[in-house]
Amino acid sequence: MKAKHRRLTFVGVGLLLLAGAAGLVLVALEDTVVFFFAPSDLQAQERAPEGRIRIGGLIEQGSLERGGTPIRFRITDLKATVQVSYRGLLPDLIREGQGVVASGLLVDGLLEADEVLAKHDENYMPKEVADALRRAGTWQGGS
Amino acid sequence: MIIELGHHALVLAFLVALLQGTVPLVGAARRDLALMELGRSAALVQLLALAGAFAALTHAYVTSDFSVLNVAENSHSMKPMLYKVTGVWGNHEGSMLLWVLVLAAFGLAVALRGHGLPAVLKARVLAIQGLLGAGFLGFILLTSNPFLRLDPVPADGRDLNPLLQDPGLAFHPPMLYLGYVGFSVAFSFSVAALIEGRVDPAWARWVRPWTLAAWSALTAGIALGSWWAYYELGWGGWWYWDPVENASFMPWLAGTALLHSAIVVEKRDALKSWTILLAIIAFGFSLMGTFLVRSGVLTSVHAFAVDPDRGLYILVLLAVTIGGALALFAFRAPAMAQGSLFRPISREGGLVANNLLLATATATVCVGTLYPLFLDAATGEKVSVGPPFFHATFVPVMLPAVLLAGIGPMLAWKRADLEGVFTRLRFAALVAGAVALLTWLLQHGHHPGPVIGLALAAWLAASTLIEWTGRVGLFRRRGIVARIIGLPRSAHGMTLAHLGLAVFICGAVGDSFWRREVVVDATPGAVAELAGYRVVLEDIRSGNGPNYEAEVVRLRVERDGEAIGELRPERRFYPVQGTRTTEAAIRSRPLGDLYAAVGEGRTPEHRTLRLWHAPLVPWIWAGALMMVTGGLVSLSDRRLRVGAPRRTPGPVTQPAGGD
Repeated sequence: MKAKHRRLTFVGVGLLLLAGAAGLVLVALEDTVVFFFAPSDLQAQERAPEGRIRIGGLIEQGSLERGGTPIRFRITDLKATVQVSYRGLLPDLIREGQGVVASGLLVDGLLEADEVLAKHDENYMPKEVADALRRAGTWQGGS
Repeated sequence: MIIELGHHALVLAFLVALLQGTVPLVGAARRDLALMELGRSAALVQLLALAGAFAALTHAYVTSDFSVLNVAENSHSMKPMLYKVTGVWGNHEGSMLLWVLVLAAFGLAVALRGHGLPAVLKARVLAIQGLLGAGFLGFILLTSNPFLRLDPVPADGRDLNPLLQDPGLAFHPPMLYLGYVGFSVAFSFSVAALIEGRVDPAWARWVRPWTLAAWSALTAGIALGSWWAYYELGWGGWWYWDPVENASFMPWLAGTALLHSAIVVEKRDALKSWTILLAIIAFGFSLMGTFLVRSGVLTSVHAFAVDPDRGLYILVLLAVTIGGALALFAFRAPAMAQGSLFRPISREGGLVANNLLLATATATVCVGTLYPLFLDAATGEKVSVGPPFFHATFVPVMLPAVLLAGIGPMLAWKRADLEGVFTRLRFAALVAGAVALLTWLLQHGHHPGPVIGLALAAWLAASTLIEWTGRVGLFRRRGIVARIIGLPRSAHGMTLAHLGLAVFICGAVGDSFWRREVVVDATPGAVAELAGYRVVLEDIRSGNGPNYEAEVVRLRVERDGEAIGELRPERRFYPVQGTRTTEAAIRSRPLGDLYAAVGEGRTPEHRTLRLWHAPLVPWIWAGALMMVTGGLVSLSDRRLRVGAPRRTPGPVTQPAGGD
């Protein structure tokens, strides 16, 4: 019996730990998950999403004001656009007409981004962007 | 011609691996020594064939043979020789070839060094290695053949992604693979033990060195990758909790747990089923990492080309390998002899707690990494899980683990005297308290994070040192050198690795909480101030490298009105791929880094200058280096030297048995 008890203690402690971790995970997921929107998704929302979000699409032609702080550009899925402002260095591969994902807080319809990711190389399109454009029906490339 | 030979060698390796994966198993079942012995020769032939195939591909890269599709897509005649060679594994096909080459090398190592190993166990281990090899060779031949020809032959290649043309990254994949694939040995030993239905301390003495070697290589591989991200991407961070990073971190966590639980099997003949399960899980995470990174499920610099067939094949391979092993585990584990029991307050108890915490931490990382993938697959909703999630889950689970790492090594086996241990740890608690107080008083703002983090690091460092000085008898007069030499190397290795963890924590805490940043739009003569430094943009020059054009921005760094150095961040343009990269400049000092990166400015005369002061970042690399060194020192322990263990327990080993 004693041996069994001891084994049970270990299992019990393990389960308690897992339960605690599961609680942490659930609470953290609730608080920290960042949702992705295409500009037209955002337009379709009745209320502006709160907290951090990510917006992906193409950089609208002629919208990129390089340099200066903040840097400003518009993200489009060719149906709707979102204005973005960003303090920091833009990735090297960023160019007008190409895929981009920006994350930050939406303030009065303007995305104050703290992170801007571009594609890593010439033939790569961020997966979310490709999907978003396909949903908007404005692009039919393979991913 | 050489390329065709390479292709044939690959096919040969596949067939030999199939042979290696089946015949010795039959031999082991029938106790037929001749059939079992085949595993050894097959392991040798498989490695030779793969080395030939790898050499053939390397030859094509070195001679810039653009009639080979893989070379044309990933190399260029103007590329420096170092990157021509490292370009061999800077792409999907070549890196998978490296994967199986490392796997075969581990297989041969088991075959050659396994003198003391029972013939049946050895035959089974080699067979499992052979099956794994066959699975991956099939993957390469069917979906990722590096030896495909290209017609017509292009005049020049498309070059390697310039971000990957970097010495730090050149050796990141081989180290990482040594780690990933190294866990395959522990996996094969576990599956072989399940087939046999028994595990004993000798088995653990076999598994531990391989795990240790894999763990050290994986630690080095992850650190190299992190270091590369820090200085090459120009974002100034060293860990983003990116799924690709997590993919390598999960096997590391599981491997760390395995490293600790194998000690209990070796010394106390307990925790056997759990250790086997951990070995399967550690290798499972290695395979999952390969799947996540190689399948294009995740978009990153690692996703070379997106091909759904590849993802599917690896997923099936993952399911068969890990699913099969787990099914075997479910069938056989309950039948295996139960290990001895022990009290909660003992070294074993401490190691169990370590394992529970590490396993829980692995689970939190796993959930955070896979949740977005599952949600996307299930609902199409796209979310991302970033650093805040991991700070809220992984960190709280690891805090008690670090606290425990200070206490555990002092606990005696079987039954520990907790009071005595706490008496010895009074000094460590004092140090931790003092560090907490100092941090609280000295930092700007009263954030609890650095106070807890640095106090824990101080606690771990102090208690590790107390334990070590106690064992070598630093405060007794005579014979200290003899005692230091006499102490098992694994004890020194453990001390070094735990100290490394403490140093690493300091670095992570310093950078996470105290980083300062400024962004300025600057022309020559402009000044930026940051953390007591004054940075003056002197001029902008152009300079060219072997395969790129560069723009060098010279920054003068001043402190207290005196010039103390110069930073030269660059912007490079690689004409072949039409790609720009940012080369950050870093002034690294023990207490922190001054980090500068430049980007395009508002006008052609302006440059966007981004400066960081990142306190204690060098401690991160120093800590990782100490952990790797600790692993290697342990590995040099006579009892753990690969191939050395015998079935007879050594003098240091406690006899197996219950309490």
